[in-house]
Amino acid sequence: MSDDVALLTTPLDALHRELGAKMVPFAGYAMPVQYPLGVLGEHLHTRAGAGLFDVSHMGQITIEGDHVAALLESLVPGDIQGLGLGRTRYSVFTNDQGGILDDLMISKLAENKLFLVVNAACKDADFAHLSRALSGKAKLTRLDDRALLALQGPQAAAVMARLAPGAEAQGFMSIGEYPIDGIPCLVTRSGYTGEDGYEISVANADAEKLARTLLAQPEVEPIGLGARDSLRLEAGLCLYGSDIDTTTTPVEGRIAWIIGKRRREQGGFPGADIILKQLAEGAPRLRVGIKPVGRAPARAHTQITDVDGTPLGEITSGGFGPSADGPVAMGYVPRGFAVPGMPVKLIVRGKALEAHVALLPFVPHSYYKG
Amino acid sequence: MSMYFTKDHEWIKVEGDTGTVGITEYAQHALGDIVYVEVPEKGRALKQGGDAAVVESVKAASEVYSPVSGTVIAGNDVLAGQPALVNESPEDQAWFFTLTLANPAELEALMDRPAYDEYVAGLE
Repeated sequence: MSDDVALLTTPLDALHRELGAKMVPFAGYAMPVQYPLGVLGEHLHTRAGAGLFDVSHMGQITIEGDHVAALLESLVPGDIQGLGLGRTRYSVFTNDQGGILDDLMISKLAENKLFLVVNAACKDADFAHLSRALSGKAKLTRLDDRALLALQGPQAAAVMARLAPGAEAQGFMSIGEYPIDGIPCLVTRSGYTGEDGYEISVANADAEKLARTLLAQPEVEPIGLGARDSLRLEAGLCLYGSDIDTTTTPVEGRIAWIIGKRRREQGGFPGADIILKQLAEGAPRLRVGIKPVGRAPARAHTQITDVDGTPLGEITSGGFGPSADGPVAMGYVPRGFAVPGMPVKLIVRGKALEAHVALLPFVPHSYYKG
Repeated sequence: MSMYFTKDHEWIKVEGDTGTVGITEYAQHALGDIVYVEVPEKGRALKQGGDAAVVESVKAASEVYSPVSGTVIAGNDVLAGQPALVNESPEDQAWFFTLTLANPAELEALMDRPAYDEYVAGLE
């Protein structure tokens, strides 16, 4: 296809094709949407064994300098000054309207050095945003020479224990630098599937060797973007650009837990006036889980109405949950409707299908608690 | 019995003025794991090329179009409970619906098996 010509590739591109992946354009990259195992099998394998995901399209950035945590707090509502050495935290960049510019992971590598992982589609804008705010005050480095792999699933720790003894005891949401089968890596115990797992930053030059080593372990299968999406949806995790964006605040998106106690008291992040007011008084609408009663999936942009047909909002992510064994979705409804069990209707192909507001996640998280 | 194919990867088997419709092996493979199927109800009037059924994989929903105009005799209710049958037996057990053909001359616009195989080969 001629469209492929302009697409960027990750260091694992040749490996994906060798493994028989179906490649699709995603955020400007040619990415594997599925392998021969198929989305359903890949999803279920990740929940039972271990799945290897190429997420090298995501942006990796380091910022270094005195008071770097305080500087970053001018852009995010999280308590970054309170982040311990070697710890990782989920956060968002907000705008002056309280909307979300991107979501990201922030890890503290050293007293004066932070490591950020941001979304592929936003990484250029994020880097420009950081450059504007931190120019002259901190050193910003875009790690385009590094790939990112995610190893996710209940057997991920057993795989890591074999290749990097000690990694099985690494704390959830922590970061460490250590070799995996001799390859230098920067490893966080985190992920976006709801399962235990690791995200592994590695030099581009070593990425394929690392991927082949991981795939050679009996527990590990390669997993594409298709299953990545169904896994994170079942886990109730937000996809930037779908479930959260510049028009949704962290309070509306129900990720207000990322706003540290000190930040709630002091503010000092973009949109703080709006976000803190919503925290105090409640947001007009909230992200909720939506469980269709029948078998028909309700996809993104499906209209949600009350039982009488009055529009309430829209599905922002929806599909079939292989582990939930049925359709699952998330969307926004007015605060008064954000009650588990609340009956709603979904307008699918002109028909009003029964559904109800559901607690998230649809599949319980199984993060490492050691 | 004759079997015809559309460019949208539906098949129709015709005996007299009765047709049985489904999606092809190529279609099920391209869609991936089928998780939901909606078939038309008895008595529904379908137009050639018009919406007739829905098939959904984990990732996406796709319309199934009627290869010819006609009136639905029956939908295959088995598929609601066993959508994966479309992956396993797309051109046999996982038929979507049967219909009475309104205008058998419409079949002339469809492909036979060799022509369809050639068409699919050109898509690879």
